[in-house]
Amino acid sequence: MDYVKLIILALITLIAAIGANWAHDLAYQVHAVLIMVIAAGLFIWILRQADEPKPAVDTHRYADGVIRAGVIATAFWGIAGFLVGTFIAFQLAFPALNFDWGQPFTNFGRLRPLHTSAVIFAFGGNALIATSFYVVQRTSGARLWGGKAHWFVFWGYQLFIVLAATGYLLGATQSKEYAEPEWYVDIWLTLVWLTYLAVFLGTIFRRKERHIYVANWFFLAFIITVAMLHVVNNLSVPVSIWGSKSVQIFSGVQDAMTQWWYGHNAVGFFLTAGFLGMMYYFVPKQANRPIYSYKLSIIHFWALIFLYIWAGPHHLHYTALPDWASTLGMVFSIVLWMPSWGGMINGLMTLQGAWDKLRTDPILRMFVLSLGFYGMSTFEGPMMSIRAVNSLSHYTDWTIGHVHSGALGWNGMITFACIYFLTPRLWGRKEMHSMSAINWHFWLATLGIVLYAASMWISGIMEGLMWREVDDQGFLVNSFADTVSAKFPMYVVRGMGGVMFLAGALIMCWNMWMTIRGAAPARAALPQATPAE
Amino acid sequence: MDTYSFLRELADSWVLLAMFAFFAGAAVWAFWPGLSHAREDASMIPFRNDTAEKSCTNDCAACKCGDEWKDKFNV
Repeated sequence: MDYVKLIILALITLIAAIGANWAHDLAYQVHAVLIMVIAAGLFIWILRQADEPKPAVDTHRYADGVIRAGVIATAFWGIAGFLVGTFIAFQLAFPALNFDWGQPFTNFGRLRPLHTSAVIFAFGGNALIATSFYVVQRTSGARLWGGKAHWFVFWGYQLFIVLAATGYLLGATQSKEYAEPEWYVDIWLTLVWLTYLAVFLGTIFRRKERHIYVANWFFLAFIITVAMLHVVNNLSVPVSIWGSKSVQIFSGVQDAMTQWWYGHNAVGFFLTAGFLGMMYYFVPKQANRPIYSYKLSIIHFWALIFLYIWAGPHHLHYTALPDWASTLGMVFSIVLWMPSWGGMINGLMTLQGAWDKLRTDPILRMFVLSLGFYGMSTFEGPMMSIRAVNSLSHYTDWTIGHVHSGALGWNGMITFACIYFLTPRLWGRKEMHSMSAINWHFWLATLGIVLYAASMWISGIMEGLMWREVDDQGFLVNSFADTVSAKFPMYVVRGMGGVMFLAGALIMCWNMWMTIRGAAPARAALPQATPAE
Repeated sequence: MDTYSFLRELADSWVLLAMFAFFAGAAVWAFWPGLSHAREDASMIPFRNDTAEKSCTNDCAACKCGDEWKDKFNV
């Protein structure tokens, strides 16, 4: 087996070296060198271990090492993503921050996809992989399937993040929102993702419980749907295998529709279904009560996945897309409000009879706040998908505000709460090092989100109204530049909100460091005899 | 009939019906009276299979180091 690995790694190193030599563009060249170095390093590492006795893996324990790594990676990428986000927020307020010496690598246009991918795919994705591995093992009573394949998923995903991020800075992009990475990065992610699916499904097949717990349904829907969306939206033909540029297979309105079918379902299945999987496990655990209604969770699941997949066309109101399609998207978006609130109510009502815990438990408070933001943004979203509202809100900062109340409020807060839940358990501590630091994080993040969302609502609606304002002769009153200067104060407030959110996350990292420092990794044994009833 | 029209017609009729039927079936299944106990049991899954999170750091004499599950499950 070692020899097969060595041959494969040697071939990869060789091809990457050829690629580095023949590369048509800078991004491809840097990536080829990076892959060459990594493959050569792995080659030496495996060569040194070849024909040595392998340390036995204790298969009677949960595979928690990868989850520890995932929790740390989540915190690391979170800081990176928030930092870039805060910086580009100030770039919008103060364009001089697009430094001349950093051009073209550090201008807003290249840093913005770095921010979105870092927070969604690096921070959110690592949180999803780590929590899904934790939850699927605990709710199945089984160790992760596939030997060390879960480590391939973890490191393969980190490599994807590094390739995507460096690619953006060096100018490799296929210009599809949230799907910017070029063809070879897409192929790599597909390999990693299919392995993830295999590990997850394999673990479910090995389960000791008769029933598959609902959190796993959500995680599975997230993994499968993201695989489908990713493959279809990234169908493209590379111009050369020695260059990063590729050409999309679809064109015109078909391309736009495919992109927003992907884009909205990235929200629906990556940032919603996957995170609901977290919610259905960690909220009951933290509240120490079973979910309010398991029946409702089944309805929630099927309604959510049946409806979400149709909502994409609301991104394309008043475009070349046929009216029937954008109406369809709008109707499904509005119907989607119901299952979303069903899920929120299910989560919140889990605290029935335990509401007093909110006074003493800052982690539970984070979960509740994230559910509150989930409810708020899943009301705001359907409202903004209505064509008349969209004619005001589209292309304005209102959209940015909406996205961030969902992403910072729902995804961010639930991820922080999960980190606070997991860190002591994974490193064998009773609780986090400092409870008051969690409180500080909670309030800094909450105030940051409030500043962010409020300033973007005001800025967005003002901007929308200024754009459509006409005088009694029918001429537009404002030029575009008028709206830009009018938005300045709101941009500064938004940036301050980002600073507060980032400060909260830094406090979390300090808290994690103090909790982990000096602790030995906790070892959790598999249940040998599951009480079956 | 060209592919587009055929698919549109199929989507608007049989596929729509099939999806509604599946969803209605799932909803009925969720609330099926005989399965009420199974739902309750399923909701308790997160509270099983969780082994003691006791740490053995600096306490190797008193600690059974990973054997806690035996007490929990009476093995």
